[in-house]
Amino acid sequence: MLRADAVRKSFGANEVLKGISLEIAAGEVVCLIGASGSGKSTFLRCLNLLEQVDDGDIWLDDREITDPRADADAVRREIGIVFQAYNLFPHLSVEQNIMLGPVKAGGQTRDAARGLAHELLGRIGLAEKAGAYPDALSGGQQQRVALVRAIAMQPRILLLDEITSALDPMLVGEVLDVIRDLRRDGMTIVMATHEMSFAQEVADRIVFMADGLVEESGPPEQLFTAPRSPRTAEFLARHRT
Amino acid sequence: MSPSDRQLERERYRRLRARRRGAVAVVSTLVVLGGAAIVITQSPGWPRVQQTYFDPAAARDIFPEVAKAFWLNIRLFLVAEVFILVVAVTVAIIRVVPAPALAPIKLLATVYTDVFRGTPTILVVFLVGFGVPALDLAGMPTSLFWLGVIALTLSYGAYVAEVLRAGILSIHPTQWASGRAVGLSYGQTMRSVVLPQAVRRVAPPLLNDFVSLQKDTALLSTIGLVEALRVAQIDSGRTFAFTGYVVAAAFFIVATIPLARFTDYLTVRSLRRENGLVT
Repeated sequence: MLRADAVRKSFGANEVLKGISLEIAAGEVVCLIGASGSGKSTFLRCLNLLEQVDDGDIWLDDREITDPRADADAVRREIGIVFQAYNLFPHLSVEQNIMLGPVKAGGQTRDAARGLAHELLGRIGLAEKAGAYPDALSGGQQQRVALVRAIAMQPRILLLDEITSALDPMLVGEVLDVIRDLRRDGMTIVMATHEMSFAQEVADRIVFMADGLVEESGPPEQLFTAPRSPRTAEFLARHRT
Repeated sequence: MSPSDRQLERERYRRLRARRRGAVAVVSTLVVLGGAAIVITQSPGWPRVQQTYFDPAAARDIFPEVAKAFWLNIRLFLVAEVFILVVAVTVAIIRVVPAPALAPIKLLATVYTDVFRGTPTILVVFLVGFGVPALDLAGMPTSLFWLGVIALTLSYGAYVAEVLRAGILSIHPTQWASGRAVGLSYGQTMRSVVLPQAVRRVAPPLLNDFVSLQKDTALLSTIGLVEALRVAQIDSGRTFAFTGYVVAAAFFIVATIPLARFTDYLTVRSLRRENGLVT
């Protein structure tokens, strides 16, 4: 469904992605793990065209989306992304945050978008917060709203960029619950995460990134218990509690 | 590693697209400006307009005189600017400080901004320029220069104070909390954390006010200061033409450009430092 082939990206002299290749199937949940600075975030941002790749291709089905002639806005309507720092629009209420995309970019009527927003908020237990503003919510609530804002565009793929890293451990659970629900509904998800046990639980496949390359990838039961690469083993040993 | 063929093709396409966009910009500019130039210069009244407003010989004659007078505008601007900043920062801070003991001063500051922002600058110039000397008070300046500076400071202090206040209020409360958290007092937080961010954020509207101030030094011609506009006026009275005004206008335009570029530079620099963005 989504395929990256030898993607490279540098910031100045710093080469962050050194030719990364990865294929994601429909309905698959892929977890990217690796040290900070290994390129997970940059890779996700490239997949969503928030960064322009320096080389290599990214394909969405049979469309090459890294082609400069591709319609980036249309691509982003199909590939949603949620950021570590929530990035909700502070000047809009929760409901308006969710409605903005469907109304302005998705061509939905305000009433339909509002209905969708309320339905999604109900599903994550935040129906009563529809009129609240982001600053009045806890981090976990904000991140759940951010997830719903991405889902409201009904993307085919959801990219999650360390979305629990900024959260209090007490609040991580409620966000992970939303992801579990999405997985149950068959959403295709690519997530960068430091939550190893969660990755082990929900992922169909774990991808360990190191130095801008895929060091090892495989199903969680294999990768977590019998990593083939010594580097993976070392990383896991440091992050296993 | 050398780029792939596909990447080379992409870069070729992007270059081509950049060139095409550049070409569209050039062509549309030529069409619009060229069209305007043709319409104006072909109009029946153009020769007379040119003679009245754009006479090169008259411009050369008046140039040194306007230049000399414009130096007065510059001095007025620079001196008033300093006082305006002092007044504006003081008023803005008084208006945002949450100190009940300051209530009467806060009220005064509010009345000040309301009154002087609402009064046309030229009326303030008249009132100060003619009214203050008429008071005949000891110690009051009688020099037109200083009366002019006072008038501009009163009027612009109110505008700039409001711009700064908006900037201060736009800084997120977490910045106050962080300042206090590292042990700074309210005043230290304001000075070292909030104000620097506020000024950066409102730099463009501040620049607007300063450019406006440069132009409004011309209002002081009405109380008898012989600055650039006044010189042009006198010249116009002698020649029955307006080229002197155009020359004066050119001085005002040219004077604002360095300030605009300097603000652009500051804006880009702080963007680059803080967000790693390069534009």
